Amino acid sequence: MKPTVFHYPAKLEGEDIPLVRFHEVTKRYGDLVVLDSLDLDVAEGEMVAIIGPSGSGKTTVLRMLMALEKINDGIIYVDGEPLTHMSRNGGLVWADEKHLRRQRLNIGMCFQHFNLFPHMTALENCIEAPVQVLGMSKADAIKRAEELLDMVGMLEKAHEHPSRLSGGQQQRVAIARSLAMRPKVMLFDEVTSALDPEVIGEVTTVIRKLVHKHNLTMLMVTHQMGFAKEISDRVCFFYDGKIEEQGPPDQIFGNPKSERTQQFLSAVLEAN
Amino acid sequence: MFDWRWEFVWQITPRLVEATGRTILAALLGYGIAMVLGLFFALAQRTRFKLVNKPIREFVEFIRSTPLILQIFFVFYVGPQFGVMLSPWPAGMIAIGLHYASYLSEVYRGGIDSVPKGQWEAATSLSLSPTRTYYRVIIPQAIPPAFAGMGNYLVGIFKDTPMLSVIGVAELMHTANSIGSEHYRFLEPYTMVGVIFLLISLPTAAVLRKAEVKIRRKMGLR
Repeated sequence: MKPTVFHYPAKLEGEDIPLVRFHEVTKRYGDLVVLDSLDLDVAEGEMVAIIGPSGSGKTTVLRMLMALEKINDGIIYVDGEPLTHMSRNGGLVWADEKHLRRQRLNIGMCFQHFNLFPHMTALENCIEAPVQVLGMSKADAIKRAEELLDMVGMLEKAHEHPSRLSGGQQQRVAIARSLAMRPKVMLFDEVTSALDPEVIGEVTTVIRKLVHKHNLTMLMVTHQMGFAKEISDRVCFFYDGKIEEQGPPDQIFGNPKSERTQQFLSAVLEAN
Repeated sequence: MFDWRWEFVWQITPRLVEATGRTILAALLGYGIAMVLGLFFALAQRTRFKLVNKPIREFVEFIRSTPLILQIFFVFYVGPQFGVMLSPWPAGMIAIGLHYASYLSEVYRGGIDSVPKGQWEAATSLSLSPTRTYYRVIIPQAIPPAFAGMGNYLVGIFKDTPMLSVIGVAELMHTANSIGSEHYRFLEPYTMVGVIFLLISLPTAAVLRKAEVKIRRKMGLR
């Protein structure tokens, strides 16, 4: 059986290509359409907040970009290169596992439930992939991991196992672990949703630091409207697998055009 | 009627002690084979390739549904018809190793399944290769939950070694039988075999329980 050949551009070129591009991306689970022909560009250094009701496809966007699941249609580019596809015989075909693994190096992801490796200390969590995947020497990896743990305020706990850390502390280690791979894009998937209210601040402080000091490109799915408003360059409101409305935070939160956005925001504000 | 002779006990003790060593050796060798082969069975059943996972699954199911003694006879007596001539020890080790590998593969599978999906996703997001993911992330976490089951089968394989006597492996049971027929006395040798098994099984089980707690603590798991 010959693989299907796609005729998307094999490379995005030009001055102002986006760091991330979703082009007509569709994701289905059986009959359920989770992402419906999504177009989304993220510029380098941009912080995009993704909000919306549950089931609107916002987490799916991150999972597709991390290549944890395959898309059904369309194409995703990262830094001009296809992520979901690869070049073969003058066209593009669906990416194989090897291509995906290489492309994933560009992307880091933090999860709602942290997903630290429980049998490794905080430091070991942070050096595992740099040593095994990037081939860094152990000494270099440790040095870098210690800098990052220091940056997230967790250097003192470097030799603790995750079970001895609070949720907020685990999430900060998880952020350091992702950064250790030097990704071009960081994804935050509801990173404060599983945390007790009093420790949310320690995680948002770290993310704030990343935005202001390190100018990292980020996509953040969140339920914290206040934080999204404060920190993001752009807010995307998802509804039914599509971007219902997007714009600068002042516009989305201050003067939303779409009725659905208005309804969602007033419902969220009421709940708080 | 109850005629227990201590001097006979002392007389046969050296032979039984020697045979105990062989029984322990057989159990450990068989278990070693079973641990490695069992892991292979467990991982093979998880591959996407139907040509691999289907036959392995059927094979494991087949082994688990037929008696160990039949498998021992098969390897030893039917093997030669296919040109596989094995002396009692290798034949016995293969049979008991295969048998327990099938059981251990299920224990491993349970352990691997108990590792949360998020661990796979974290490993994927860090670009760890599938081999590294298994070796560094999944298997270390699968062992503690599997440990209790693995311990049960270690004691189990030890208690099943007497079955090897049927093909002439000179382990404890085989030796007790020989002593019995040489002296026409079975009370003392069989009783001693029972006591020896008890003396080894009970402490082993206790040590394994302690080890499980230790392993969990050492890995930072609760």
